[in-house]
Amino acid sequence: MSTSERVLLANIERPESHALSTYEGAGGYRTWRRVLAEQSPQEIQDLVKASGLRGRGGAGFPTGLKWSFLATDRPGPIYFCLNADESEPGTFNNRILMELDPHQVLEGLFLSCFATRASIAYIYLRYEYPLAYVRLQAALDACYAAGYLGRHILGSEYSLEVYLHRGAGAYICGEETGLIESLEGKRAWPRIKPPFPAVEGAFRRPTVVNNVETVACVRHICERGSEWFRSQGVPPDPSNPRDPGSFGPKLYCLSGHVARPGCYEAPLGLRVDELIDELGGGVWQGRRAKAAIPGGISMGLLRSDEFSCRLDFADPLKYGCLGLGTAAVVVLDETVSMVDFLHNSCQFFAHESCGQCTPCREGTAWSLRLLERICAGRGRLKDLELLLEIGDTMGILPGTTICGLADGAAWPIKNAIRKFRGEFEDYLRRTNPEGYRAEQPVWALLSESEA
Amino acid sequence: MATEEPIPAMATVDRMLTDEMVAEIRALLPRYPSPQAVTLPALHIVHERWRHVPRQAVVEIAELLGLAPSQVQDTLTFYGFFQQDAPHGRLRLWVCRSISCHLRGADALLAYLCERTGLRPGETSADGALTVEFAECLGACEHAPCALGGTTLHTCLTKEKLDELLKTVT
Ligand SMILES: Cc1cc2nc3c(=O)[nH]c(=O)nc-3n(C[C@H](O)[C@H](O)[C@H](O)COP(=O)(O)O)c2cc1C
Ligand code: SF4
Ligand code: FES
Repeated sequence: MSTSERVLLANIERPESHALSTYEGAGGYRTWRRVLAEQSPQEIQDLVKASGLRGRGGAGFPTGLKWSFLATDRPGPIYFCLNADESEPGTFNNRILMELDPHQVLEGLFLSCFATRASIAYIYLRYEYPLAYVRLQAALDACYAAGYLGRHILGSEYSLEVYLHRGAGAYICGEETGLIESLEGKRAWPRIKPPFPAVEGAFRRPTVVNNVETVACVRHICERGSEWFRSQGVPPDPSNPRDPGSFGPKLYCLSGHVARPGCYEAPLGLRVDELIDELGGGVWQGRRAKAAIPGGISMGLLRSDEFSCRLDFADPLKYGCLGLGTAAVVVLDETVSMVDFLHNSCQFFAHESCGQCTPCREGTAWSLRLLERICAGRGRLKDLELLLEIGDTMGILPGTTICGLADGAAWPIKNAIRKFRGEFEDYLRRTNPEGYRAEQPVWALLSESEA
Repeated sequence: MATEEPIPAMATVDRMLTDEMVAEIRALLPRYPSPQAVTLPALHIVHERWRHVPRQAVVEIAELLGLAPSQVQDTLTFYGFFQQDAPHGRLRLWVCRSISCHLRGADALLAYLCERTGLRPGETSADGALTVEFAECLGACEHAPCALGGTTLHTCLTKEKLDELLKTVT
């Protein structure tokens, strides 16, 4: 396993790691001072582009490229939305950063706003992070008081206001245009793209949306340079012209049936078995693993014989997963029923679909009903085909929905049934021996909320 | 934030928004280019104080922001967080049911909690002390199974820890 110095988590072990004095004592805001005094926004954009940084929020879009799409020919402000809605099951790295090192996040945010010439930033924070809210608000107040934020920052031409804006318990607010709609005070219905936020985003103005960990990386790129960033991680695959590589440090969340759950830092490209065995202390209670979620539940499943998968932006695809996602690994031990796993996954997405697109609204609701029926011992073999049909037809990839929530709902279904087909068939045979081959429709059970 | 002051019954008050709440909401207007963007913050201000957002408050927020009441109501109902018809309990306890917590026994915990309190998720005890809720991933999966009670995160929950917690609920 490649070991290297901790960067993103370097500060969190210090006492009072969230305080401004601690952060400054470790060299914090020096880069912000230097950049304001010596560099131009374009230089920072070029630097970030050269670093190869890709967004940590789930889609892995190259950050510098996204920034270069900003429409700069319009009068009026550019907005920056910091996506701190973190709600993907299994994921908690943004929370760790915001609670334990809020100034690192803010310095990265300020630098990113400067680079994109944004003059107003909103931190869209999920409501369920009360400590992060308190810490971020205190950190912002300290920054205003210290002159790192506000009008003509540190005597420069640049002015920036940052506001905290809290969500209200909806996963879909993490999708960037759902976030924007929610920020505007409406229901968080994702928008049809194009136009992309960089052209027409919040309040119909050019807008950047970036994840918390992404801007934290920007802070270190500005301090250490793009070569340093590119010295970590995985270079582009020469046989794939569309792979820009996976560079830099990454925060891996590890939870589920593992001895030492937690947030671990390592360069991109860490193998799943390295994460589980070397950093996480192995599967809990001396058991064996059966499967793992590679990057938040939306990304699907890896079987235990697929744990050589590298956690970078390219490798999970080769194992039939949706992608790297949030690099949040959840371990399922040998006692877990995949039927039960899939029920839990379908329950989540049926609850969180915003209901705007029919394939997603109906697909997530019906897949849950099918799973409820299967769990109640009334499943049919045919239901597996039905579930796969739902899974294969909802999402951006098949082109039937507005946002990627539906792809995230589909992947666990497709991976679980295709990778563990035998277990599903056994379950059906065992729990419903008579009805197992039934072709007749069977009424779906009403989910508990409707009953 | 839980408050000890009694919550007035709808019929007994003319206005739900106190002067302080109106001032707090007004102070947010300069942060956004459109008044509608203050909808969620305003709902939170009312919800924290009265533990629900009755229709009268929706009308008043709309008036304050220059919106139709239906616009505020539309937003309110989209977000599962806001209660409308009755206040939630002095403690609102969200038990996570998503995958990491589920793998560590969240289902049994939630069932135990419901059994002990006689409440189903979403219901409030008759004395107004407790509302039981399920939550989707609370972003604290390394502490699974976990629950958020008010602003306190309860980590690595067990039935025993739940019992202790319930003793403090008044
Ligand atoms: C259903 C759904 C939920 C999402 N949730 C989040 C989230 O909680 N946090 C986040 O940063 N990105 C989330 N994203 C990705 C965002 O849409 C967007 O790509 C990201 O915030 C961009 O930031 P980045 O380029 O820095 O990664 C979500 C996407 C989808 C489709
Ligand atoms: S795909 Fe689902 S969550 Fe996304 S916009 Fe459509 S209905 Fe809403
Ligand atoms: S799954 Fe329960 S906190 Fe994430």
